[in-house]
Amino acid sequence: MPALDLDSAWDLHPQVSVRPEPFGALLYHFGTRKLSFLKDRTLLSVVQSLAAAPTVRAACLTAGVPEADLPQYQRALTTLASSSMVIERAS
Amino acid sequence: MTLLDARPDSLTGTKQSFGRSAPPATTGPTKPGRLVDLFELGLDSPICLTWELTYACNLSCVHCLSSSGRRDPNELTTAEAKGVIDELERMQVFYVNIGGGEPTVRPDFWELVDYASEHHVGVKFSTNGVKISPEIAQRLVKSDYVDVQISLDGATADVNDHVRGPGSFDTAMRAMQNLFDAGFENFKISVVCTRQNIPQLDEFKAIADRYKAQLRLTRLRPSGRGADVWDDLHPLPEQQKQLYDWLVAHGDNVLTGDSFFHLSAYGDALPGLNLCGAGRVVCLIDPVGDVYACPFAIHEEFLAGNVRSEGGFQEVWRHSELFGRLRNPQTGGACTSCQFFDSCRGGCMAAKFFTGLPLDGPDPECVRGFGEEALTKRKEADSIPKPDGDHSHSTVRGSRRDGKPVTKARPVSLTLSLRRPDAPPVSACEIDPLAGFRP
Amino acid sequence: MNDAEPTTTDHAAAAPVGVDEMIEDDSLVEEVSIDGMCGVY
Repeated sequence: MPALDLDSAWDLHPQVSVRPEPFGALLYHFGTRKLSFLKDRTLLSVVQSLAAAPTVRAACLTAGVPEADLPQYQRALTTLASSSMVIERAS
Repeated sequence: MTLLDARPDSLTGTKQSFGRSAPPATTGPTKPGRLVDLFELGLDSPICLTWELTYACNLSCVHCLSSSGRRDPNELTTAEAKGVIDELERMQVFYVNIGGGEPTVRPDFWELVDYASEHHVGVKFSTNGVKISPEIAQRLVKSDYVDVQISLDGATADVNDHVRGPGSFDTAMRAMQNLFDAGFENFKISVVCTRQNIPQLDEFKAIADRYKAQLRLTRLRPSGRGADVWDDLHPLPEQQKQLYDWLVAHGDNVLTGDSFFHLSAYGDALPGLNLCGAGRVVCLIDPVGDVYACPFAIHEEFLAGNVRSEGGFQEVWRHSELFGRLRNPQTGGACTSCQFFDSCRGGCMAAKFFTGLPLDGPDPECVRGFGEEALTKRKEADSIPKPDGDHSHSTVRGSRRDGKPVTKARPVSLTLSLRRPDAPPVSACEIDPLAGFRP
Repeated sequence: MNDAEPTTTDHAAAAPVGVDEMIEDDSLVEEVSIDGMCGVY
């Protein structure tokens, strides 16, 4: 899957349940029955910030992702997009 | 509200730490650990769990892990069951695997399934198919959050019915046809792998493909009545290799419930966590509310508590002594020196326990042969633990007077009437598992 | 329920046997099948 565009707007899929954990979070998609494990609390913050953010990049900023780490988070969000955990916001 | 709001970030010093501290928070790019290592410490809530709703069953499968047949008079009431679902919702348990016995014989089964769905708890229920009529199949296909798993232990009637009883193959196939006709895609067909059915793996796959279902192969454990037939039914060593090879070659879309991680010593680990989830990410709630580490370990040794006690299920999951012990990193004992320990992890504790082997030694089916060695060194057969509770129909279970497992030649056939006249409420003394059954 | 795609698991747990050191994998997301943990039906 091509890398998710950081300057587009994305949302958590409405059928996804987010469960924070000490080391990150568990995401369960009730529609696809897939389970994703976020290994990082900052990534959890990014995911939780998506709804209120105009772009993914802005959500990363809110969550405190350093500029240098953006590619790593972009890869993570791309993985989440490929399993429909996050979906592109209809404009 | 999330769990986050209720507790501090770090595990250090909290009750949940079980003596381990979490890694310190990092500010730089993270080096995430292996999923398996994090899960081994246990989670604050299960990811999913097995919930046996009733010990009643219309069948008497010879290998039944829960020794089911007769209803237990002390089973959770509808109100209590809903209370459990409420707790699971609060704990954000994502999913329950509902089984039994035969869960659909409980008169409140559909009510509970609907209640779970309405309360954000996904449901997969495991059934022999007896109640999956065309009408029920239509109803099921409309629900987004309910999945169905049909049990099948032979690709042909003779192999299947040898284990599950006369007519059970037909019942299962009829249920599958009804689901298929109703347009229910991707229901599960769950097979317990035995000496007799491992030659039929391709045929099982063909059945699954025919009904647009997903095949699931799982491991036979010497649990419940399984202990009685273990010697006759468990796969031979060469069959374990066949199974492993088949999964590697054809198992892309085949589920295994991660029950074959002891086979990973044959080569690459099979997909899955390769982790015993018992008491760490999963557990069992039984029909009377007892909480066990796993459905294959229904024995006092693995009993963590009861949902009816103060604090309910949450208290048991988070603070029971048993689960605390399971969440401390285990020493593999004799197995740690084995080069395959990393993925095999010493195999299945229930399999070891019910064959009288020590938990810190090899699995009875260790593919390197260490299990067989340990079995011959084992003390006399009388010391093999018996499962707790026996809800078998009285004529099915053989006794083990001489300490040796009894082979069931043929299961008892039961003639069932699915039509009942209106009847008074079921007495607690009622032993008929179908009392109160309303088709 | 209508998910006909094969379940893909991308996990670091499929490490070659006998390797002691942690595999250097900076992936922050791991997918697991809910059927992929032993102890449930």
